[in-house]
Amino acid sequence: MTNNQPSISSKDKIPFYRDERIIMIFAQVLSTVMIIGVLIWAIINFFKAAEARNMTLTFGFLKEAAGFPISNPPIDYEPGMSYIRAFQAGLINTLLISGIGIIAATIIGTLTALARLSSNWLLSRIALVFIEFHRNIPLLVLLFIWYFVVFGFVPPVKESLQWPGPIFVNKRGVYLTWPRLTETGGIFIILVVIGFLVSILAFTMLRGRRKITGKETYYIPTSLFLLMIFSLGGWFLSGGTPFQLDIPYLKGFNYQGGLRLTPEFAGMFLSLSLYTAAFIAEVVRGGIQAVDRGQLEAARAVGLSQFQVLSLVIMPQALRIIIPPMISQYLNLTKNSSLALAIGFQEVFAVGKIAINQAGRAVPIFALIMLTYLSLSLLTSFVLNIYNRRIQFVMR
Amino acid sequence: MTEEPIIYCKDVHKWYDDFHALRGIDMEVFLGEVIVIFGPSGSGKSTFIRTINRLEEHQQGQIMVDGIELSHDVRNIERIRMETGMVFQQFNLFPHLSVLQNVTLAPIWVRKWPKEKADKVAMELLELVGIPEQAQKFPGNLSGGQQQRVAIARALAMQPKIMLFDEPTSALDPEMIKEVLDTMTDLAESGMTMIVVTHEMGFARAVADRLYFFDEGLIVESGTPEEIYNNPQEERTKLFLSQIIQH
Repeated sequence: MTNNQPSISSKDKIPFYRDERIIMIFAQVLSTVMIIGVLIWAIINFFKAAEARNMTLTFGFLKEAAGFPISNPPIDYEPGMSYIRAFQAGLINTLLISGIGIIAATIIGTLTALARLSSNWLLSRIALVFIEFHRNIPLLVLLFIWYFVVFGFVPPVKESLQWPGPIFVNKRGVYLTWPRLTETGGIFIILVVIGFLVSILAFTMLRGRRKITGKETYYIPTSLFLLMIFSLGGWFLSGGTPFQLDIPYLKGFNYQGGLRLTPEFAGMFLSLSLYTAAFIAEVVRGGIQAVDRGQLEAARAVGLSQFQVLSLVIMPQALRIIIPPMISQYLNLTKNSSLALAIGFQEVFAVGKIAINQAGRAVPIFALIMLTYLSLSLLTSFVLNIYNRRIQFVMR
Repeated sequence: MTEEPIIYCKDVHKWYDDFHALRGIDMEVFLGEVIVIFGPSGSGKSTFIRTINRLEEHQQGQIMVDGIELSHDVRNIERIRMETGMVFQQFNLFPHLSVLQNVTLAPIWVRKWPKEKADKVAMELLELVGIPEQAQKFPGNLSGGQQQRVAIARALAMQPKIMLFDEPTSALDPEMIKEVLDTMTDLAESGMTMIVVTHEMGFARAVADRLYFFDEGLIVESGTPEEIYNNPQEERTKLFLSQIIQH
């Protein structure tokens, strides 16, 4: 039986309403028209409503004087300065709290994950309690706990808690002893930076040579030694006093000097980084556990040491799993920093909120706020995605 | 024999909580011998082979590999792992490294060989297992049989005195089993000391010096392939052989 004639043939011209190519194009055009139509309607409606309420949608007001104070400006700011300046101050506060928060959350989270995975029962339980506590309490509640409960119960200025450092803690904030650069300190910093770069260079080169020649090149001690030499050189060049310890001291009703963290900043920083650390701990733990057990066994069986197993086999594979959800956690942390409004730490959202009350320009200001968060988020994920792509499997 | 055994196991016991997985295993393996261990699943054969390089800890008894006693001493464990190569049922290649890097990883970082030497030896080994042209590929792009041969090359790269095979062909498609068994046969003929957990009785018959039949954590019977095949002494052995051979 060699019958090549199909019983149902499409030899005749296919009518357009049954041609799958035409159906697909039609569906595309239809959906595009609908979406654009809805958008146009929304925009026209918005402008009509804005006109009816006499709202101006320009950004010109940003140059006018803001007229409100910011309690903790990171840059020079007076109420007489412009809205732009106020906005910049808020933005820098946001960047500060998110940047430091991300670093702290990553370190605390990774250590917690390792503790959680450790075979030490006590350590693992402590990590579990830490994670569950912070994961299951709303961030706002945590924020209030730190700000109102913890900082609400620290003593007043005159009876400050004194911790080694010295660090002073009182109702007005945390006062850290802080090394301030002296006039010659710049030389020290420059030499330390150079030393750091040189030692990284030496580390990579010697480690590479160790890999190629197999000869022990002592890359770890050599690079540490180089860093030390440069640091010491800088120390002597700066006359032995690159830094001056700025110790907080009580003057009148308040502490002077040192580095002051306001209760708002400290509360925000602690709750934000601990909260996110709990999530990061779970991300890291999940990533490590997702690496097949056989990998560990194979790496052990060829004789790699514990540390080599972790650094050469487990972590490179775990990172691929960890990075994408880690990006989400970083974005969450940045966006969650807007909750600082609740305790009066004035980052970009809090500043924007006051500006709306003052200037009555809700739409441009919200647009500006959204644009700010959007750019921050896109920038973060852009940078991390480049890294993520670099470490993905070359296979497939 | 007056010669020292390279692997010496005396009364090895292992418990998983209440479950008594190994109930007193005695075994001596001499240099150049090929040992095949077979038995039903759950009989402890994989557990036993994994105690030899300490992937599983034995709780009682003595294990000595090449004169090194296996104890809680980390240095001894690391030495024994350098003397023993292991091939797993699931290959367990490192997916983030190329085939060549899989083979050179341990020689470079554990034996501290120069990269050039490690690369050269690795290429020779890949030649030996018949897949030098795959050196730059990643494990994910290889067939199961090829992956298992890379795993054999990876284990050999550390120049072990003993090779342990834990059901090396169980996860392979039928047509790939042969290529792996051929590689293992070549290896046995080159004089390598091997302990192989497998149900490939054809391989056992052709290559093994001695067979061990495990059941319920005990050695039920051992002997040369002829003894076990033609004249098994225990009912349990007869039954098991009849089940795995007749199909």
